[in-house]
Amino acid sequence: MVDARRVYERLIAAALLVCAGISILTTAGIIGVLIFETIEFLREVPLSGFMLGTVWTPLFEPAQFGVLALVVSTVVISLFAMLVSLPLGLLAAIYLSEYASPKTRGILKPALEILAGVPTVVYGYFALTFVTPLLREFLADMRVFNGLTAGLVMGIMIIPMVSSLSEDAMNAVPQSLRQAAYGLGSTKLQVTLRVVLPAALSGIVAAVVLAMSRAIGETMIVAIAAGQSTTVQLNPLYPMETMTAYIARVSLGDNPQTSLEFKTIFAVGMLLFLITFGLNLVSQRVLAKYREVHQ
Amino acid sequence: MNEVELFAAQRRVEQRKRTGEIFEWLALTATIIGLFFLGLLIADTWIRGAGWLDWQFLTSYPSRHPENAGILAALVGSVVLVTLTAIIAFPIGVAAAIYLEEYPAQGWVTRLIQTNIANLAGVPSIVYGLLGLAIFVRSFGLGRSILAGALTMSLLILPIIIISAQESIRAVPSSIRQASLALGATRWQTIWNHVLPMALPGILTGTILALSRALGETAPLITIGALTFIAFLPVGPTWPFVDAQSAFTVLPIQIFNWTSRPQAEFRDLAAAGIIVLLAILLGMNSIAILLRNRLSKRAAY
Repeated sequence: MVDARRVYERLIAAALLVCAGISILTTAGIIGVLIFETIEFLREVPLSGFMLGTVWTPLFEPAQFGVLALVVSTVVISLFAMLVSLPLGLLAAIYLSEYASPKTRGILKPALEILAGVPTVVYGYFALTFVTPLLREFLADMRVFNGLTAGLVMGIMIIPMVSSLSEDAMNAVPQSLRQAAYGLGSTKLQVTLRVVLPAALSGIVAAVVLAMSRAIGETMIVAIAAGQSTTVQLNPLYPMETMTAYIARVSLGDNPQTSLEFKTIFAVGMLLFLITFGLNLVSQRVLAKYREVHQ
Repeated sequence: MNEVELFAAQRRVEQRKRTGEIFEWLALTATIIGLFFLGLLIADTWIRGAGWLDWQFLTSYPSRHPENAGILAALVGSVVLVTLTAIIAFPIGVAAAIYLEEYPAQGWVTRLIQTNIANLAGVPSIVYGLLGLAIFVRSFGLGRSILAGALTMSLLILPIIIISAQESIRAVPSSIRQASLALGATRWQTIWNHVLPMALPGILTGTILALSRALGETAPLITIGALTFIAFLPVGPTWPFVDAQSAFTVLPIQIFNWTSRPQAEFRDLAAAGIIVLLAILLGMNSIAILLRNRLSKRAAY
C-alpha cells in the first residue's frame, strides 16, 4: 500500500519533469533547426558572401545574398523605435515612480500596459493607413512604404516595455537615499535626476537593451508598413526591409520549400536569433548585477 | 546675509520650483502621449470600420467583392486555434510550474530549466514560426494545418504560462503545505488538494493573458503557412466537431491580408476586423481582471 503510493508519487514527479523539460526541448529544437538549415544554406552560399555582401536579391537573377542589406534596415528602424520609446518610456517611468499619486498611478500604469497588448498587426495597419499619410503631408519625399513610420510606431508599442522595467528599477531604490537627499535641501527634480536615476541606471539599461531586442524581433509592423529593399540604404523615408519582414514575405510567397530561396529564411532566422539572444543575455547580466547591489 | 543676497537666493528657489513644475508636466505629457496615440488608433479604426460591422460581415467567407466579404472563416479559425492551444499549453505549463516550484530536490535541473524559460520568453515570435515549420509542418508531417499552428502557438506561450503559474503557486503560504504534510498527506496529495485549488485563480488569469497573446499573434502563423483566403471551416462531422488537419486562417492574418490590398474598401474591412479582434481581446482581459480581483479578495488568510 505504502509502496504503491510511493511509486505513484515517483511517476507523477517524472511526468512533471517531462513537462518542464519541454522548454529545454524547445530551445534545442530552435537551435537545432536553425543550425541544420543554415548549414544547408551555407553549402551553396559562402559565409563571407552572406555576412559581408551588401545586396540582397535571393529571388532574382543573379541571386545575391548580402544579409547586411537586411541587417542595416533592421538596425535603423530599431533605432528610430528607441528614439521614441526611450525618452517617452523613461519620462513615464519617472512620473509613475516619483510624481504620480497612488490613485493616478493606478489608472495610468495599466492604461500604458494596454499599448503592449494591442496586436502588432493592428499597429501595422495604423502605421500604413494613418501615420504614413499624415507624415507625407510634411515630408514630400516620403514613400508609401518607408522605414521611418514603422520605426516610430514600433517605438510607441515598446513604451511600456521601457517604462515598466525602468519603474521597477526606480522603485527598488531605497527610500533612505531619497530622504538623505531631501535632508540636504534638494528639490524633487534634483532627487529624481541626481539620486534616483543614477541608482536605477543598470535597471534602466537592462530595460532599454530588452526593448531593443524586442524591436529587432518585431515582424508585423515592418512587414506591413516598411516595404521591400534590396541594398544597404540609410534613408528612412524610403522602403526598408528588415530581417523579420523578409522571412514573412518569403513565407507568404509560393517558393518551393526545397529551394535555396526558402533556405535563406532559416539563415536569416539564425542571425536574428543570435542577435536577440545576445541582447537578452546582456540585459539579464546587467539586471543581475543591480540586484546584488541593492540587497 | 544682506537684502540683495536674500533676494537673489529667493529668486533661485523660485526658479528651481518652476523648473521642477515644468519637468513634472513634461513627464506627465510623455506618459499621456502613448495613451493619446492609442485613443487615436481606436477612434480612427472605429470611424473606418464600424460601418462594415454587421451580421453579414460576421457570417460570410472572404470574397473578391468587399461588400460580400466577411470574417467567418477567420473568426472560427481563431477560436479553434486558441482553444487547441489552451488544451495543449495549459496542462503542460501548469505541470512545469509545479515541478519548478514544488520539487526543488534537483537544484541544477531546476536552475537550468528556469534560465532556459527566461531566455525562451525573449525569442522573437517569428523564430517560433521557423521552428514550427521545420518540426510540426515538415518532420511531423502535419502540413499547414490548424494543429501545427496550435502546437507552434503552444510553444510560444508556454514560457508566459509557466512564469505566471509559478508566481501563483509561490503565493500560496507554506503553512498550508506544512499542515497538509503533517496530517500525513503525500507531496502530490498536498499539491493537488491544497496548493493547486488556492493557486488556480491566479493560474487562470495568467493563462487567459497568454492566450490573448496567442490570439493576436500573426508572424509565426505566416511562417508555418496559414492561408489568407479560406472559404471553409476547420470543422468535422463527428465529435469533437473540429478537423485539426484542416488548413486555416485566423483574424490577424485576415486583417493583414486585407491591409495589404490597395483598395480602400478592403482597408475598411481590415478596420472592421480589427474592431472584432480588439473586442474579443477586451473581453478576455476583462475576465482575467475579474478573476484577479476575486483572488485578491480571497487572499485574506
